[in-house]
Amino acid sequence: MPILSLALKSLLNRRFTVGLMLISIALSVALLLGVERLRTESRSSFANTISGTDLVVGARSGAINLLLYSVFRIGDATNNISWKSYQAFAAHRLVEWTIPISLGDSHRGYRVMGTSGDYFRHYRYAGTRPLAFRQGQAFEQVYEAVLGAEVADKLGYRLGQEIVVAHGAGKTSFNRHDDKPFTVSGILKPTGTPVDRTVHIPLAGIEAIHVDWVQGRQVPGVRIDAEAALEKDLTPKAITAFLVGLKSKIATFRVQREINDYRREPLQAILPGVALQQLWDLMSVAENALLIISGLVVAVGLAGMLTVMLAGLNERRREMAILRSVGARPLHILTLITGESLALSLLGSGLGLFLLYATLLLVRPVIEARFGLHLSIDLPSLREYIMLGLVNASGVLIGLIPGYRAYRYSLADGMNIRI
Amino acid sequence: MPAGDTPAAIQIRDLRFRWRPGLAEVLAIPRFQVARGEHLFIRGASGSGKSTLLSLLAGVNAPSAGEIRVLDQPLHRLSGVQRDHFRADHIGFVFQLFNLIPYLSVLENVTLPCRFSKLRTRRATAAGHSLDSEARRLLAHLEMNSDELIHRRVTELSVGQQQRVATARALIGAPEILIADEPTSALDSDLRENFIRLLFQECAATGSTLLFVSHDRQLEGLFGHHVAMDELNRTGRGG
Repeated sequence: MPILSLALKSLLNRRFTVGLMLISIALSVALLLGVERLRTESRSSFANTISGTDLVVGARSGAINLLLYSVFRIGDATNNISWKSYQAFAAHRLVEWTIPISLGDSHRGYRVMGTSGDYFRHYRYAGTRPLAFRQGQAFEQVYEAVLGAEVADKLGYRLGQEIVVAHGAGKTSFNRHDDKPFTVSGILKPTGTPVDRTVHIPLAGIEAIHVDWVQGRQVPGVRIDAEAALEKDLTPKAITAFLVGLKSKIATFRVQREINDYRREPLQAILPGVALQQLWDLMSVAENALLIISGLVVAVGLAGMLTVMLAGLNERRREMAILRSVGARPLHILTLITGESLALSLLGSGLGLFLLYATLLLVRPVIEARFGLHLSIDLPSLREYIMLGLVNASGVLIGLIPGYRAYRYSLADGMNIRI
Repeated sequence: MPAGDTPAAIQIRDLRFRWRPGLAEVLAIPRFQVARGEHLFIRGASGSGKSTLLSLLAGVNAPSAGEIRVLDQPLHRLSGVQRDHFRADHIGFVFQLFNLIPYLSVLENVTLPCRFSKLRTRRATAAGHSLDSEARRLLAHLEMNSDELIHRRVTELSVGQQQRVATARALIGAPEILIADEPTSALDSDLRENFIRLLFQECAATGSTLLFVSHDRQLEGLFGHHVAMDELNRTGRGG
């Protein structure tokens, strides 16, 4: 269509303003798509925190609370569960594996988690990915620790180094178990889950550092050193929670009911997928707010385009009169102006996509290393295409405003411009 | 058309025009006729209604009443789109100033009417050469044959050069009617005559009817026919 090539040439002629407009549209489109991508990636990364686990069991509180402390290491358990109850369900005929979790201590702001070797065998994230060691191996001795990737990187720890566990979850703690240091036996590869921020020690290790403690305080005058502690019975009396893998998924609800109805101790079993969804729904307000903000940024970009086009319209009345004199119809004039905004939003979207992918390529390693968030560089999703479509449709709709004004001008002015 | 009788390019009868119902009439022409191939000088001060008359002849506006026939087409009966088509096919325009589209090259400016008219494209390329070479030929006739001039940005051309490019644009595809609205008012007086002679020459070559509108009495003598807007327009008011 000849009129569209005119529109393009006219845009080219105004390179500078058009370039600025393009940049603002491109940036806003890149922001919109970037936020959308971060949102979907963090959602899937969030959903990937734990997988392959059929049930999470803890003391009775709430599903989200249990999920938060057992999987995300956020907050604290309201109560412990007894070792006996754990043993009872670990030996259940429908249960394939269990992972005990014992929380309550920390190391320089990172949570310390007591667990068993099964953790490294059975824990899965992001579908079916197992935990893998970057260096070393799982703990074998009581005073050995396995570090999450972030803990090792941030604190600069290496294999064989000794670390001291502190009581409580704060960053600074006055109650340090400094008489019983742990040796780093292994460092895990990054997972993008809270595992990266966890120090793992054996359950027996948790018991050992607390042998001379009662009720969360060191008993005055009683000091049992590391060697002597090993002589004691280090079987835990209680743990914080445990993860369950079942032999068959079909049994999930049945085992869940059995645990929830357990008479000897009030227990709660939750389905991690359901709790994850509930937790995500809580955060969806913020997520939507973010999306609305980037949508508004696009609106501002397009409004900028409208302003520039309307401001330039008066100067272009002469041009329209010339076009009218050589036979252009008022509809051609409308198409010329609206076509420019279509071209601008198309070019802006294309440039925005390019910016998005360039940025993704640049920041991907950083985000993966820093936040453990894996950003995939895929073709745009259907949702993103719809967003792009909406941006361009709005571009055309917005272009109709100056287009219609130009149409009115060209009808009224004809070929005589009285400027 | 009867032999011996000069067929009319333009016939106007009881033409009336007002911008909106209720507003005063700006044009009232009982009778006006221009023969084909005629070179007519229309003299009128600004406000005499000449621009309005041109916009009616070009079909940009439709008359409020009366008849206006151009090349035997009853413009008063055609729709807006039909009039736009008619203008694209049959009328070439040269304005007073700022005739060119700044973002198009010289050649693109000259061939612009062909984008809107298949008929003019056909006529321009009838001799077997391309639109661009036809544009170059016209420019060369108007003493614009240097390659350097043709490749210059239109905004860097002098006013006289711009008017020549505009004239080449009006002439491309040999429209039957050429309307020039004060095309010389920005030119120096010695350039004016030169320009008008070029215009005559080109119109004679294509057999086009020339309507030359100006307030400049000095130019009147160059034309075989002339008419004053005051005599044509009986409203006594301009627009």
